[in-house]
Amino acid sequence: MTTHHWRKFKNVAMQAITFACALLVILPLALVFYHVVKSGIGAVNWDFFTKLPKPVGEAGGGMVNAIVGTFALLGLAAFIGVPVGVLGGVYLSEYGGRRVSWWIRFMADILNGVPSIIWGIVVYALVVVPMKGFSAWAGGIVLAMIIVPLIMRTSEEVLQLVPNGYREAALALGIVRWRAIVQIVGRTALKGIVTGVLLALARVAGETAPLLFTAFGNRFWAHSLSQPIAALPLQIFSYAISPYDDWHRQAWAGALVLLLLVTLINVSVRVLTRERFVKSA
Amino acid sequence: MEHHFDLELNELKQKLLAMASHAEAAVNDAMRALAERDYDLALRVKANDRLLDEFEIEVDDLAIHLLAKAPLASDLRLVTVAMKISQNLERVGDEATKIAKRARDLSQEPPLKVTVDLRRMAQLALNMLKSALDSFVHRDSAAARAVIPLDKEVDGLNKEINRALARHMAENPAAITRCLNLIIVSKSLERIADHATNVAEEVVYLCEALDIRHTPKTQLSNP
Amino acid sequence: MNLIRTSAEENLRAERQPAPASAAALKPPAFTVKNLSISFGQRQVLKSVSMEIRACTVTAIIGPSGCGKSTFLRALNRMHDLVPEARVQGDVRLFGEDSYAKEAEPVVVRRRVGMVFQKSNPFPTMSIADNVTVGLRLNGIRARSLLTERTEQALRMAALWEEVKDRLDAQAISLSGGQQQRLCIARALAVQPQVVLMDEPASALDPLATAKIEDLILELKRDYTIVIVTHNMQQAARMSDETAFFYLGELIEFGPTNRIFTRPKEKRTEDYVTGRFG
Repeated sequence: MTTHHWRKFKNVAMQAITFACALLVILPLALVFYHVVKSGIGAVNWDFFTKLPKPVGEAGGGMVNAIVGTFALLGLAAFIGVPVGVLGGVYLSEYGGRRVSWWIRFMADILNGVPSIIWGIVVYALVVVPMKGFSAWAGGIVLAMIIVPLIMRTSEEVLQLVPNGYREAALALGIVRWRAIVQIVGRTALKGIVTGVLLALARVAGETAPLLFTAFGNRFWAHSLSQPIAALPLQIFSYAISPYDDWHRQAWAGALVLLLLVTLINVSVRVLTRERFVKSA
Repeated sequence: MEHHFDLELNELKQKLLAMASHAEAAVNDAMRALAERDYDLALRVKANDRLLDEFEIEVDDLAIHLLAKAPLASDLRLVTVAMKISQNLERVGDEATKIAKRARDLSQEPPLKVTVDLRRMAQLALNMLKSALDSFVHRDSAAARAVIPLDKEVDGLNKEINRALARHMAENPAAITRCLNLIIVSKSLERIADHATNVAEEVVYLCEALDIRHTPKTQLSNP
Repeated sequence: MNLIRTSAEENLRAERQPAPASAAALKPPAFTVKNLSISFGQRQVLKSVSMEIRACTVTAIIGPSGCGKSTFLRALNRMHDLVPEARVQGDVRLFGEDSYAKEAEPVVVRRRVGMVFQKSNPFPTMSIADNVTVGLRLNGIRARSLLTERTEQALRMAALWEEVKDRLDAQAISLSGGQQQRLCIARALAVQPQVVLMDEPASALDPLATAKIEDLILELKRDYTIVIVTHNMQQAARMSDETAFFYLGELIEFGPTNRIFTRPKEKRTEDYVTGRFG
C-alpha cells in the first residue's frame, strides 16, 4: 500500500474504532431501558401510584408511599445539603486562601469517593442510635452528607467560570463584597448552580445502601419525619429479594419509575442549560 | 532591524539634501554665467529651475505621507521643518533664476566698468546656505545659530553695492540699465542669505524645540 | 463629604452641582499622590510615584506594557485591597482626603472614584436599565423615581440614551461592543462619582466606536476628573490635558500633553513617544 493509502486507512480505522467504542458506551443504557420498560410497564398502573403495599401474600397494591418517600427524602437532603454545599462552594471560589482552599478541596474530593454504605453506617451511629430508631431525618441527613461535597465542588467550578471582570466591575461601583458575590456573581452562576444541585439529587435518588441503615423503609405512611419512611430503592430491594412474583413485577415497575425520575431530572437539566447562552463579557 | 519609519524619514532627508545641492549648483552657475557673460549657461540655469520645483513637490508629498503616520516629538518636528526647508530651497532656486536672467541680458550688452564684489557676496550667501544645511544633517544647533548673525554682513554688502552702483549710475547715465540689472542681482543674493537664515532657524527648532523666528538678532546669543 | 461611611442614601441622593468652567482651576487637586510604592510579594511594581492630578481635567497615563500604569490607576480607587499579596505604601489623597487612612472605607472611596475597564462587562443577567442602576440599587437606593431619573441622566451623559431609550428592558448583552462600553460608562456615572478612571476603554473597539468614546470623554471633562490609561498615543494626544509617562514602575515625565508629544524633556519619553523603544 502506498503511504497515502496507509495513512488514509489509519484515519478511517481510528474513526471506526472510536465510533464503535462510543456505541458500546450507550449499549448498557439501551439494555437497561429495554429491560426495565419491558418488565415494568405491565405493572405500572393507576393503583401503583395511589395504593399502599398490600400485606404479604396478597396481590395488588402500589408504591405510593415509596414514591412520596423518595421525594420527601430528596427534599430533606436538599434542604440540609444545598445551602451548606453552595455556600461552601462560594467560600472556595470567592474567599478561600490558597492553602485552606486546597485542603478543603482535597478532603471534599476524598469524601466524594467514600462508598455510600459507609455514610449509612456513620449516620446510623450518629443519628439513628441516639434517636433510638430509624427516621426520615436520618435518611435525609445521610443523603445530604453525600451531596454536600458534590454540590460544593460543582458550585465552586461554576462560580469560577464567572469572568473576573464582573467581580471587579461590581466592586469598582462601591458595592459591598458580599452583595457583589451574591447578587452579581451568584446571579450570573445561578443556572449552573441549579444544574449542579439537580444532578446531585438525581445521583442520590437511587441510593439504597445508606437508606437501609437510616430511613429503613416503611410499608405504611410515615406520620412524622421521626419515623422510618419508605423509599423507592428500598422498596425495590425488598420486593426484588422476596419470593413473590407479584412483588417482582412491582419491583420492576418501581425500577421503571425510578429510572424515569432520574432521566427526567437529567433531561430538564439539559433543557435549562440549552436555553442559556453564557455570552462572554 | 531598522525601523521602517526611520527609513522613510531618511528618504526625506536625502531628498532634501539632493534638492539643496541642486539649489547651490544653480546659484553657482548663475554667478558664473554672470561673471563669464555666458548666454547659454544662463539659459540652462533658467531651464533647470523646473527641477527644483519638482523637488519641492516631491518633498512636500513625502512629508504629508509621513504626517499621516502621526509622528510625534522630534519626528514631528523633522517633518514640518523639512517642508519649510524645501520651500526655502525652492525660493533660492527662483533667486538663482533671477540672477541667470540678469546674466543673460547683461551678456548681450557691452561689459560694465565697475568693481562691485558680487562674487564675495555670493560666496558668503552660499556658505551660509551650506552651513545651515550641514547643521541640519548633523543636528548641530550651535552651528545653526552661528549662521544667523552672518546675515548682517550680507545685508551690509548689499547696501554697499547699491551705493556704489547708484554713484556709477549718476555719473554714467548710459550704464543705468546695466547697473539696475546688477542691483537686482545683489538683491537676489541678499534674499538667498535670508533663506539660508530661515533654514538655520528651522534647524534650531528641530534641535531645541525652540521657535526663534522673528526674534530680534540681538537676543540670539547661545541658548 | 468624607470618606467615613455616612448614610449611603444621603451620599448617593445628593444631587451633584455641575461645576462651572472656571471652578476647575479653583478646585483642590483631584488626586495628590506622594511616594506611592506598590509591590506584589517580592516584586516591586511601582517605585515612589508622586504627582498631582487637577480636577476636571483629562490625564492620560502612557507607557510600555508592564510599566505599572494599570497598577497606578487601581491604587486610586483601592482596588488592590482585593489582592492579598499587594502592599501599598505612600499617600493618595482624593480632594485632600487620605484614601488609605484607617478610618477611610474602601467602599466609599470606590463610590467617589468610578472605574471603566478595558473589556466592557455589563452584567449579563440584567437589562440595560438594571445595569445602569445596579450601583444605586445594591447600595440601598430603591426609590423608583430617582432610579428612572438617574438612568436617563447617566445614559445621556454616556451618549447612549438616544440609541436605547426604547428598549431599556432589553438584555444588556444584546448591545454592540461600543454600546456595551458606553453602558459601562453610564453605569459608573449613575453613582455620581467625582472621578472616573478608565483602563484602556477603547482598545477593544473599532475606530468609530472609539471616536464616540473620545468625544464623550471630552464632554465629561466639564464635570468629572478623568484619568485614562492608554496604549494609543494619538488618542492621548487628542484627548488629554496632561500626560504621565511611566516606565518600569517609575514616573518618568508628567506635564501638559502638548509638550510631552512635541518636545518631551526626558530622552526616555522621547524614545517611547517616537516608537524607538527596546
